[in-house]
Amino acid sequence: MFAYILRRLAYAIPIVLSVALLCFLLVHMTPGDPLVAVLPADASQELAQQLRVAYGFDRPLPVQFGLWLWRVLHGDLGASIATGRPVAAEVAHAVANTVMLAFAAALIGFTLGLALGLIAGYFRGTWVDKLATSVAIAGVSVPHYWLGMVLVIIFSVELNWLPAVGAGAGGSGQWAWDWAHVRYLILPAVTTSVIPMGIITRNVRALTGDILSQDFVEALYAKGMRQSQVFRHVVKNAAPTALAVMGLQLGYMLGGSILIETVFSWPGSGLLLNSAIFQRDLPLLQGTILVLAIFFVALNLMVDVAQALIDPRIRRA
Amino acid sequence: MSALVEISDLHVRFVGERTVHAINGVDLTLNAGETLGLLGESGSGKSVTLRALLRLLPKRRTVISGSIRVLDQDVLALDGEALSRFRGRTVSMIFQEPALALDPVYSIGSQIAETVMRHEGCSRAAADQRALEMLNVVRIPSAKSRLAAYPHELSGGMRQRAMIALALSCKPKILLADEPTTALDATVQIQILLLLRELQREFGMSVIFVTHDIGVAVEISDRLAVMYGGQIVEQGALRDIIRAPSHPYTRGLLGSNAHAAPKGQRLETIPGAPPVLDAVPRACPFAARCAVVEQRCNLQPPPVVEIADGRLTRCFLAAGQDASAMN
Ligand SMILES: Nc1ncnc2c1ncn2[C@@H]1O[C@H](COP(=O)(O)OP(=O)(O)O)[C@@H](O)[C@H]1O
Ligand code: SF4
Ligand SMILES: [Mg+2]
Repeated sequence: MFAYILRRLAYAIPIVLSVALLCFLLVHMTPGDPLVAVLPADASQELAQQLRVAYGFDRPLPVQFGLWLWRVLHGDLGASIATGRPVAAEVAHAVANTVMLAFAAALIGFTLGLALGLIAGYFRGTWVDKLATSVAIAGVSVPHYWLGMVLVIIFSVELNWLPAVGAGAGGSGQWAWDWAHVRYLILPAVTTSVIPMGIITRNVRALTGDILSQDFVEALYAKGMRQSQVFRHVVKNAAPTALAVMGLQLGYMLGGSILIETVFSWPGSGLLLNSAIFQRDLPLLQGTILVLAIFFVALNLMVDVAQALIDPRIRRA
Repeated sequence: MSALVEISDLHVRFVGERTVHAINGVDLTLNAGETLGLLGESGSGKSVTLRALLRLLPKRRTVISGSIRVLDQDVLALDGEALSRFRGRTVSMIFQEPALALDPVYSIGSQIAETVMRHEGCSRAAADQRALEMLNVVRIPSAKSRLAAYPHELSGGMRQRAMIALALSCKPKILLADEPTTALDATVQIQILLLLRELQREFGMSVIFVTHDIGVAVEISDRLAVMYGGQIVEQGALRDIIRAPSHPYTRGLLGSNAHAAPKGQRLETIPGAPPVLDAVPRACPFAARCAVVEQRCNLQPPPVVEIADGRLTRCFLAAGQDASAMN
């Protein structure tokens, strides 16, 4: 098992490096001068050259990559062209907000998805199954920015129970786990949770049905296991695949949804990425993509390890 | 000899997209300490009979009638806790594909231990101890280290031994074996048969051994029941049946010299296809393939005839003109 973890880690390192190289290169291969965004329209050639040197854009690409990587390894992602603030701080702030939103949404969506999927799988073909399946289909097909707006209209505008936008009084910089802050999290989290809930319901339903039709389940009943004891076997068999689906969904959510973050003015990585792209803020773009990619790789690594812990057949692969 | 299992007039029908009359009036007894071979070609209803005995058939899609008594318990009336206590403790089962019948994500040891804990309410340590004993009983080498092995880490033969260890871990009175050697290589097959023979004596169990392989049936059975189209067409002591098969189907199966029947020989040697089971048979189900078919065979179902003590045959020819017919 330990060897397996080491092996997975060894695989992850080149992936992270390639991602770093890729997002570095992508930015440099896009047409247009990255300085355009910060230069006044009538800037002189000298000023442009000065800034180019200051940002290091005049050096050969491999050197730029080496220097960039070296700084990144020391936690320095450069300064944002648009704001001049350190990218690391901006990204950390935004990613923290998105992580919070993603985990809250995961808590809701995964719990509901697992429960509905298991119930639907166990009672396949009955009205319970049809109900759960309808909920799942609705979950994946409702456009979530629309759902977000509907929720805002109901719970903020009409009922005035929950705030419509933002991440709490004083901004998300002073987040605390109390009702004054958590109430800001509820609507965006519910909105975000709907798609993963639907996807997990569908997957777990299929998975449960599949496992229940396997011979070993009949053999468990044949040796006198109780319903609840058989359920434990079903869950453990479903867990590796369910974990993979959940990991993927959590990964998507960690990327941040531009639509949801816009609807709720949630200062997360989706919004940050969006503004970095539109302002051609290269250091910010690089930094955000890199951090998100590393998150994604780390998440996958954790899912792989968890799967191998549960299912011994995976360890050999 | 007292009967441990008494199945009488068992009917099983599957409903759903299409109706299958899988079992059509089975009468079967299993006596203490004997091995009953249940022989029949694929689809004749052997597995369904065993599953009915353990009440494993899907409730919503199955209609069962008749009676099944095991040790004076009415099996068809069992429910809930009583039913799951009955399974694995009074009657347990081994399957054709041990690779599929064992849970892939639990170790062999824990799968045996959980069975023991379920039925004997003992501690995990005591259950583990029993699991180790059982692996020794079925002669799995280096049993101690195999406790932690997962099913996929064992060979087919070792997996079937582990399955047998699991099935016998709570000392059941009756073992149901559903083609437990069919998926194995010929040499491993013989080892498992010998092992089952030995364990049957050692544990004083009664066994119902299902097979479609004449050679295996001859090897393992004390008594033989031949199944066709969801009915028992002939039943009796193995030796008597082999010496003088009375039902045309059995005769076809055995040919003239059953002792020379090679192992692994399939039963599909009689020309023709197995009967369609979409309705209750209103004639002899074997009529279409029978070499000595008569007109009446197609008009009504043949009676069950006791041609000698403990020898039953379901055929008009055995009934003769005025022999006493049981039905
Ligand atoms: N769960 C089920 N639903 C519908 N039909 C079934 C089911 N199980 C078995 N059958 C049908 O019942 C008949 C007898 O099957 P089975 O007892 O498995 O035969 P075998 O003698 O090969 O073990 C077959 O025609 C089979 O298709
Ligand atoms: S009843 Fe008739 S068809 Fe059926 S086995 Fe006997 S002789 Fe053949
Ligand atoms: Mg079968």
